[in-house]
Amino acid sequence: MAEHLTTTIKSEIQEVSISRDLPTIIIGERINPTGRKKLQEELKKGNFDTVSRDAIAQVEAGAAILDVNAGVPRADEPALLVEMIKHILAITDVPLCIDTANVAALEAALKLYPGKALVNSVNGEENKLEAILPLIKEYGAAVIGLTMDDDGIPKTVQKRLDIARKIIERATKIGIPLEDIVIDPLALSMGAEEGAGKIALKSIQAISKEFGVNITMGCSNISFGIPDREAINATFMGMAICCGLTCPITNPLKEQVHMAILAADLCMGRDEFATNWIGAYRKRKK
Amino acid sequence: MSDFPELTQAVIDGVGKKVLELVNAELEAGTTPQSILADYMIPGMLEVGNLMQEGEYFIPEVLRAAKAMKGALEILEPLIAESGGTDSAGYVVIGTVDGDIHDIGKNLVGMLLKGSGFEVNDLGVSVTTDTFIEALRARSGPVLLGLSALITPTMDEMPAVVKAVEDAGLRERVKIMVGGAPIDQEFADEIGADGTAEDAAGAVALAKRLLA
Repeated sequence: MAEHLTTTIKSEIQEVSISRDLPTIIIGERINPTGRKKLQEELKKGNFDTVSRDAIAQVEAGAAILDVNAGVPRADEPALLVEMIKHILAITDVPLCIDTANVAALEAALKLYPGKALVNSVNGEENKLEAILPLIKEYGAAVIGLTMDDDGIPKTVQKRLDIARKIIERATKIGIPLEDIVIDPLALSMGAEEGAGKIALKSIQAISKEFGVNITMGCSNISFGIPDREAINATFMGMAICCGLTCPITNPLKEQVHMAILAADLCMGRDEFATNWIGAYRKRKK
Repeated sequence: MSDFPELTQAVIDGVGKKVLELVNAELEAGTTPQSILADYMIPGMLEVGNLMQEGEYFIPEVLRAAKAMKGALEILEPLIAESGGTDSAGYVVIGTVDGDIHDIGKNLVGMLLKGSGFEVNDLGVSVTTDTFIEALRARSGPVLLGLSALITPTMDEMPAVVKAVEDAGLRERVKIMVGGAPIDQEFADEIGADGTAEDAAGAVALAKRLLA
């Protein structure tokens, strides 16, 4: 059993620590135009009102880090990502998770970002490792490693563990500290893939036990194609936290899921005197 | 109560064991395998597509129906081949474009097309342009090419594939449909594809139109 590592993400003035011994850190997922046509149109016109609103609402609802994605079809992604980050920096102090598959956009964002960002993401594909890891090292960022590679997303826990190992080895070899690597073992839809939930949970368990690294996951995907998604997401979230998930990428405005996170922290002994649970209860009653 | 024959309803309900029993019973009663497929099973799969389109059916229910269908096809296909084949609704090559590994939408379209009598060659995910072209070349006559992309960065692969089909001199006999969450009609028109659809059932209707 590897020791529990602490990943620290910083804005200019705020510091967030992610650890298996601390309450779960929510990375707010909303600032993402994928599948949001209206937001795409706004961003194309240089209107950042929704971005600002999403940022504030998520922070108020409990997000400690905000994911920022600028994936608008055929837009200038580096320029757009930089603009979005500037707008968010102007209204909130929470650290950011820079979410892009575009290396030029990533570099532009890291150059601008005044703290220690979390980068979403690298994976086991050779060209990704080669292009992204040196940037992480150069800018002293932390990075999310997805357990997929040139052959796609493995169907077995062992292969996902192997890819996590490969990413960790390659990153630490160039001097990225182990604690700055966060692994995302990938949740696929249980609606479309038999056993997707079980593989995700077992992978979280195996990877955290083997390396002690922090674990993130986009947990909403798990219920794609099935009714009453929020109930499934909430249950899965609690189970995943029990298995070793420490910083889910999710929407804190979804009350059931948020409550599942707080309840899981309480169950895991990470919420002394139930302070967070009771605080959230009072906020709901207001 | 259901208006469908028992076998059709069993496909819709996705009860594999019952589908097999009823298929065997029909064969013993002398129904041709072609008729079992065309008159009972394909209408079942089309109804599954409709139910999904109406929001009545969920993805696991489509998968269950496709699995029930597949089990019966393993019995029927050799028999159909023996007795001189059948009229396929057409030949379709599908795949998710290079750099994109999302396969749920593409798989649903593939299953419904297969269930609707099309011959489907599913090339999988993150399919390179060369692989698409190779698959199109390997088949003579009219072919329908279905391209899927779920994330915005990979949408740009689609015009590249369309262009490659043109450059390879295949465009006259290859119809192209594109689909996926970020794709709309405007995009399809702009890149010179022959169409797109809102959902998997819509894709089957489009495929029929394009290969008609």
